Amino acid sequence: MADLTTKLGTIQLKNPVITASGTFGYGTEHLDFMDLSRIGGIIVKGTTLRERQGNPYPRMAETPSGMLNAVGLQNKGVDYFVKHIYPNIKDYDTSIFVNVSGSTVEEYVKVAEIINDLEQIPGIELNISCPNVKEGGMAFGVSCPLATEVVKAVRKVYKKELMVKLSPNVTDIAEIARAIEGEGADSLSLINTLLGMAVDVKSRKPVLSTITGGLSGPAVNPVALRMVWQVANAVKIPVVGLGGIMNATDAVEFLLVGASAVQVGTANFIDPAISVKIVEGIDKYLNDNGFNSVSEIVGGMIV
Amino acid sequence: MKKFILDFTVVENVRLNYQYVLLKLTHNKKLPPILPGQFAQVRVDGSPETFLRRPISINFVDSERNELWLLIQVVGAGTRWMSELKPGKLLNLILPLGNTFTVPDNKNARIALIGGGVGVAPMLMYGEWLHRNGFKCNFMIGARSKIDLLQLNEFNKYGEVFTTTEDGTYGEKGFITQHSRFNTPNFDYIYTCGPTPMMKAVARYAQENDIFCEASLENVMGCGIGTCLCCVTDTTEGNLTVCAEGPIFNVTKLKWQI
Ligand SMILES: Cc1cc2nc3c(=O)[nH]c(=O)nc-3n(C[C@H](O)[C@H](O)[C@H](O)COP(=O)(O)OP(=O)(O)OC[C@H]3O[C@@H](n4cnc5c(N)ncnc54)[C@H](O)[C@@H]3O)c2cc1C
Ligand SMILES: Cc1cc2nc3c(=O)[nH]c(=O)nc-3n(C[C@H](O)[C@H](O)[C@H](O)COP(=O)(O)O)c2cc1C
Ligand code: FES
Repeated sequence: MADLTTKLGTIQLKNPVITASGTFGYGTEHLDFMDLSRIGGIIVKGTTLRERQGNPYPRMAETPSGMLNAVGLQNKGVDYFVKHIYPNIKDYDTSIFVNVSGSTVEEYVKVAEIINDLEQIPGIELNISCPNVKEGGMAFGVSCPLATEVVKAVRKVYKKELMVKLSPNVTDIAEIARAIEGEGADSLSLINTLLGMAVDVKSRKPVLSTITGGLSGPAVNPVALRMVWQVANAVKIPVVGLGGIMNATDAVEFLLVGASAVQVGTANFIDPAISVKIVEGIDKYLNDNGFNSVSEIVGGMIV
Repeated sequence: MKKFILDFTVVENVRLNYQYVLLKLTHNKKLPPILPGQFAQVRVDGSPETFLRRPISINFVDSERNELWLLIQVVGAGTRWMSELKPGKLLNLILPLGNTFTVPDNKNARIALIGGGVGVAPMLMYGEWLHRNGFKCNFMIGARSKIDLLQLNEFNKYGEVFTTTEDGTYGEKGFITQHSRFNTPNFDYIYTCGPTPMMKAVARYAQENDIFCEASLENVMGCGIGTCLCCVTDTTEGNLTVCAEGPIFNVTKLKWQI
């Protein structure tokens, strides 16, 4: 067996496979299907300061090789997480990250402060794809000044691994990545969902209650891979790649373009045990190709 | 309840009419415990059009033969693919998913299971369960036309069957909620599954007559196991997942406009 460990800024993961926020619940829902200690990490659902009901149904539409979602960050709020969810998941033998979301800079900061006190949470993933209420709903992650403002503010209060999740809905992702690196982020993850939409031609209505939604699944894979490659070349901090990863081959592609770890999202819906299979598949790839460790293939694409 | 990802083998594919097939499946080990009203997430072929799994109710479990039945209405690419499966083919299912019906508190309860279209699917398994446990039930089944009435001989084994067709080709003419059985309040427990307008009419009748009523909802699903929060319905307790906290809800809890 190859050395599967990988370093993410301040921490080490047992292997490079993490489950993506919003696609794996709190891990608990997958206990019947797999051994959580086999994966590198879990990023739990987007967590906000107060409880959110999310968007009205319908919130999902299947599209060619993927899906659109407009869940709208439904969650019970950070206090509920601390009291009722954290105690149940804190002893899982894997690295647990909280995906932190908000509508104002102050909200992000408060949630990050609260999570900072949780001993068994080694890091957060800052979801800057959320709409900023003060800026008329424009996402923090699509503007350099807004993105740097929120990362700078959270960095001040959050002392552990700060992973920032980038939105792909921008013209120059490398520029935003560099700006966020400059504010002290420990690592970057990308991509969040790509903005898309679907129309029901029978009723002539949009399929989603919110008209537009986020595209995920194999449909976004080549776009995600390109962006991860661009960002990995633009920054020195570790990059976590995701977007349409369905199997170990897809995951290895992301490692080769420079990702130190990967996240598996929508694929969990099709096979709730897929993340473990991807760990096994990466190990097999390393062995079959004469590599002793994951780090040997990170950025190993031959151009 | 423990959930499983299992490969099933198609034993028989029975074409019921132009739109419906009954898939009889078996598994090489003893089937896990499954409750009436639960469903499975069925893996299709993973082509671009059928990327996600499809939620399908458990129609019936034949423990003696170790068989599980799925009643499929062909509406799109995924259900068409299922309807064309030949005996011997494998089908991958995640099951059992979702909750079950609330069983009446006494054996003398007057029970109606009201189904329309493919909504009859979970009613067969529940009806068999009620029958086996000493309850008496009435199946109220509505369809467009005689040819759309499904599994009547099966339902007849477990209770009394009442039918309506919209064109009057079988049973009473009209919608099932207009059946003469409803003219006087006859029931203590009502369970319903089918098109939303039908379920709303049933819920209205139940609420007007102060009858316990549960409805089984069909919302589009991503995961089927309660993680993605795509399938929610608005309730008095906020947005709840149809896949994990449902699909069966007491109608008084639902915030749908009836
Ligand atoms: C809990 C539950 C139990 C069900 N039980 C049965 C059953 O026993 N027999 C049966 O024939 N059908 C059942 N359905 C409906 C069945 O899931 C859909 O008809 C099926 O997903 C359609 O897929 P398709 O590819 O043929 O159609 P398409 O229209 O091409 O599907 C497109 C997308 O919409 C989704 N979708 C379309 N219609 C529905 C629907 N009515 N409900 C949920 N998702 C839908 C599909 O899953 C897919 O993601 C059930 C649905 C739910 C939620
Ligand atoms: C139903 C659903 C819910 C999601 N919720 C979140 C969320 O709360 N926070 C977040 O940062 N990303 C969320 N995402 C985005 C995923 O984490 C991931 O970035 C995206 O789906 C792309 O990866 P994939 O193609 O492997 O799914 C969600 C995605 C889906 C499909
Ligand atoms: S389908 Fe994912 S939560 Fe119900």
